[in-house]
Amino acid sequence: MPLELQTCASPSEVTSALGAGKAYLGGGTLVVRATNEGDIGITGFVRSTDESLKSIEVSAGRARLGASVTMAQIARSEKLAAIAPAARAVGGPAVRNMATVGGNLLAASPYGDFAVALVALRATIHFAESEMEIDEFLEARDGIVAERGIVTGVSFVVPAAGEFRFSKVSRVKPKGVSVLSIAAVIKGSGTVESAGIGLGAMADRPMRAKAAEAALAGSDLSEEGIAEAVRVIGEGTAPATDPVASSWYRAEVLPVHFRRLMLG
Amino acid sequence: MARVPVQFTLNGQERAEFIESGATLLSVLRDRMGDTSPKGGCHQGTCGACSVIVDGELRLSCLTLAETCEGASIQTAAGLADGSELHPIQKAIVEGFATQCGFCAPGMVMAIKVLLDEKPAPSREDVIEAISGNVCRCTGYEPIIQAVLTASRSNSQQAV
Repeated sequence: MPLELQTCASPSEVTSALGAGKAYLGGGTLVVRATNEGDIGITGFVRSTDESLKSIEVSAGRARLGASVTMAQIARSEKLAAIAPAARAVGGPAVRNMATVGGNLLAASPYGDFAVALVALRATIHFAESEMEIDEFLEARDGIVAERGIVTGVSFVVPAAGEFRFSKVSRVKPKGVSVLSIAAVIKGSGTVESAGIGLGAMADRPMRAKAAEAALAGSDLSEEGIAEAVRVIGEGTAPATDPVASSWYRAEVLPVHFRRLMLG
Repeated sequence: MARVPVQFTLNGQERAEFIESGATLLSVLRDRMGDTSPKGGCHQGTCGACSVIVDGELRLSCLTLAETCEGASIQTAAGLADGSELHPIQKAIVEGFATQCGFCAPGMVMAIKVLLDEKPAPSREDVIEAISGNVCRCTGYEPIIQAVLTASRSNSQQAV
C-alpha cells in the first residue's frame, strides 16, 4: 500500500513534519527504493517545494548547492566542470536526473560517490539554522536530522582545473556499484601544498584519508613522492564485505587505485 | 487512505485521476491509466525497465511518486508510434533484432529517445553511456547499440 506524501513549503516546515517513521523525500532513489523493498520502518514521506533547494550558485570561487540539486545538474554545470566526473559516476542517466546532493550525503556504503568528492573538497553542510564541516557531519549523520533538521545545502571552494581527481572502481562497465571510490583535491604546483582525500566504500560511510593527506603535504607527485601516502592510504579504513567485493579485496586494491590516481 | 487528485499530460493527452497518496508513477500509469508500456522490473532503480520521460528528462517511474509529477508532461513508449507507423527508434530496434523477450525494450527506447533528442548523431560511447542504466538480459547490448547508431544515421539522412 502506498505511503502518504506530505508536501511542505519550507525546510523548517519539513523538519516539524518529520516524526517517527516519516522519511524526507528528495529524489526518491533511497527512500522510495527502501519502501519498495519492504522497509516497514518508513510510514510516510515528507517533501519540500522550496525552489532554493534546487539552485546552484557560484560566487567568488565558492559554490553553494541546494540539497535537492541533482547529479545531472552538477554534471552539466559549466561552473562546476572541475567536479563533474564525480557527479557523472553516480548511476545511469535516469538515476542522475533524480539522485540529489542531500541524498548522497546520507546514502549507505557502497553508495554516495558524490559525497566522497565533498569530503575531498572539505565541504560545509548547511541546515536551515546552522552549518557544520563535512567530517563532523558524517560522524554524526545518523541522528543529525532529528537534531538539526534536514540538510538544505552544501558549499565548498571550487577547485581550479587540474586540482580535482576522481576515480570510481566498479566491476560492471560503464556503470556499477562502487568497489571503492577515491576523490582528491591536490593544491600546489610541483610540491603539494595541501591534499584533501576522500574514500568511498572503505567504511560504512565516506571518510577522509587523513594519514595519506599528511604524507602528501610537502612531497611531489612522483613515484617516490607518493610512496608514503600509498603505504598509509588504508589507515583507519574498515571496508565491508558485500556482493560487490570482500573487505579483504577492497583493502588490497585501494593502494593500487590510489597510486594510479596520484600518478595519472 | 484519502485519495488525492493528480493531473498531467501523458503522451500528449491531458489525464487526471484520483490516486492514493504516495503511489508511484509506475503504478498510476499501469494500474490507473492503462499504460502498461513501463515495466516493473526490480523496483529498486537498477534495471531501467520502468524508464519514462518527465518534462524531457529520463526518470525511473518505480521510484517517482506520481504526485511529484503534477502538471508535468510524461512520455512513455506507448506514445511513440504514430498509429501503425513505428517510431524510427522502434523500427531500428525491430529491424536490427535488438529485442528478444522485450521486457527491457520500452525503458530502453525511452533512454535512447532522450539521447537522440539531445544528440542526433551520437558516438558509440554516447550510446553506451545513455543505456548504461537499462539492463538487458537477452541481447548482450551490441544489437541495441547498432540499432541506435542506425536510427541516428536515418535521422541525419532525413534531415538532409
